Amino acid sequence: MTVKRPGRKAVWGACAVLAGVLLAGLTASVLLGTVTVSADAVARIVAWHLTGQGEPTWSASQDTVVWNLRLPRALLAALVGAGLAVSGAATQALVRNPLADPYVLGLTYGAAVGAVAVTVTGIAPLGGASAGVAAFLGALCAFAVVYALARAGGALAPLRLVLAGMAVTYALSGVTSFLVLQADDPGTTHSVLFWLFGSLAEADWASLGLPALVLAATMLALLAQARPLNALLLGDETAAGLGVPAARLRRHLFLLVALLTGVMVALAGGVGFIGLIVPHAARLLVGSDHRGLLPVAALAGAAFLVLVDIAARTALHPQELPVGVVTSVIGAPLFLWLVHTRARDTTGL
Amino acid sequence: MTSLILRDVHVTIGTTPVVTGVSLTAPSGGRVGIVGPNGSGKSTLLRAVYRHLPLAGGSITVGGEDLWALTPRRAAQLVAALPQETRSDFDVTVWEMAAMGRTPHKRPFAADTERDVAVVADALAHAGVAHLAGRRFTTLSGGERQRVLLARALAQQAPVLVLDEPTNHLDVRHQFDLLGLVTSAGTTVVAALHDLNLAAAYCDHVYVLAAGRVVADGPPYEVLTPELVREVFGVDAHVTSVPGTDAPHLILRPAAGGPTTR
Repeated sequence: MTVKRPGRKAVWGACAVLAGVLLAGLTASVLLGTVTVSADAVARIVAWHLTGQGEPTWSASQDTVVWNLRLPRALLAALVGAGLAVSGAATQALVRNPLADPYVLGLTYGAAVGAVAVTVTGIAPLGGASAGVAAFLGALCAFAVVYALARAGGALAPLRLVLAGMAVTYALSGVTSFLVLQADDPGTTHSVLFWLFGSLAEADWASLGLPALVLAATMLALLAQARPLNALLLGDETAAGLGVPAARLRRHLFLLVALLTGVMVALAGGVGFIGLIVPHAARLLVGSDHRGLLPVAALAGAAFLVLVDIAARTALHPQELPVGVVTSVIGAPLFLWLVHTRARDTTGL
Repeated sequence: MTSLILRDVHVTIGTTPVVTGVSLTAPSGGRVGIVGPNGSGKSTLLRAVYRHLPLAGGSITVGGEDLWALTPRRAAQLVAALPQETRSDFDVTVWEMAAMGRTPHKRPFAADTERDVAVVADALAHAGVAHLAGRRFTTLSGGERQRVLLARALAQQAPVLVLDEPTNHLDVRHQFDLLGLVTSAGTTVVAALHDLNLAAAYCDHVYVLAAGRVVADGPPYEVLTPELVREVFGVDAHVTSVPGTDAPHLILRPAAGGPTTR
């Protein structure tokens, strides 16, 4: 009897479509905004900066808006979206729960305490970069605490990870609220809240290198482990039988997730729901095999956040919304719909 | 063909010694059953063989190679396992599930080769689940799931196959089917079994475990005696034989005079 391998779900197709959406989103993001710049001018500005070709016929403010504000911001949105989505996919394998996101590990509020402490106290030894650096350090501290709490006999048990992450999240969200209430200056409170809900407003060219590097490195490390990650989904015993030491893999995975989430959160604040919704949607498209899931989730996350950022900038123009608010407002109903269809699919209800 | 040899194996969970000095030999191509009451250490012993639990003492060799001195990947090329628990919180198709058996044969970034595809297709066909290849694992019945998991273990192409209570939750016919498939695969088989009669029918050598030690071993008709069953399991047994074979068959009933304690 011969068996035909069932048709592989179209990973390449999904990647091609998502890459197209991402490119269209990036283009729209650079074209749209308060200052009107014609598409033609945008194209010439970008071409001039990239190749040095062409005559500068545009104003200095147009140049600044397109090249120094919109383009880096759109690219940061793509990087952060991709980073959070990949981080979410990895977290779901780490705690073996398709409904987990990187924030259950307590990293976000660790970052929040760091950033808010700098903003509220005004102590900024590193100048403008202080909040970001403090956020990253805060995320790493939260990571260390969760790691220590979740460690039992050298292994990181999924349930212990989630419980430790939740405990740390609650404790740190209390600290964050306290710090915010201590700030009597409404401007400070506003900027803190803006950070908590996620913002890409700080984007500039200098802020793109680090997330790009970290995203590329962690993506490579995760893809190298794609088959062991698949085995991890089946439980520690089965993984062991397939030559995958679950305890060791989970430690690597936690480190990668902490690094990736820490960097993204430090740059863009608490952008919610991408880490949960996007990997989930990617699974619906291409299945649970990480070899296809990780690239599809990365592209989908990038495209999603670029589009969300356009909405955040333009929906209540001239006021700007925090991107996290938009992702949550779009994300929550989408999530409920996914849970609903998933429950129907697996239980036959 | 390759033999599996356990020498004086100790396994400790937390600080509790669960397996204390088990020696066991599964000759090449042999079919070895491990029986014993709940908590006797059957699963724990097997978990040390497929490297889920570390050894606290003793050694395990496959074809002369020290299993615990190998990399996890290499060890899984020698021993395939069908553990009791396989989680399925994530959507996985039957094909993907069986293809995971190739994991220990693949290096990072290596793509599936034609040979991988052929091996997985053969394994599914041997386990009789080729027609389910496109289905989602979670939608299968208990009997189908167990056969898909067996296909995964077969796709691993390891000379030793370890099974932990493979017939749990299966009806009588599926129990026979599964053990028939396992014993016809031609590998060295070590299986923990609850059902003494299945052990008697499908194994050529039986080890009886109690409180983490081997209390008896040998061919089923020598080992599964009324005296041993009463002593180890605390029930009365009447031994007959399966017509047309030399396999013993046990008729079990509650011990006369109520439960016994050893």
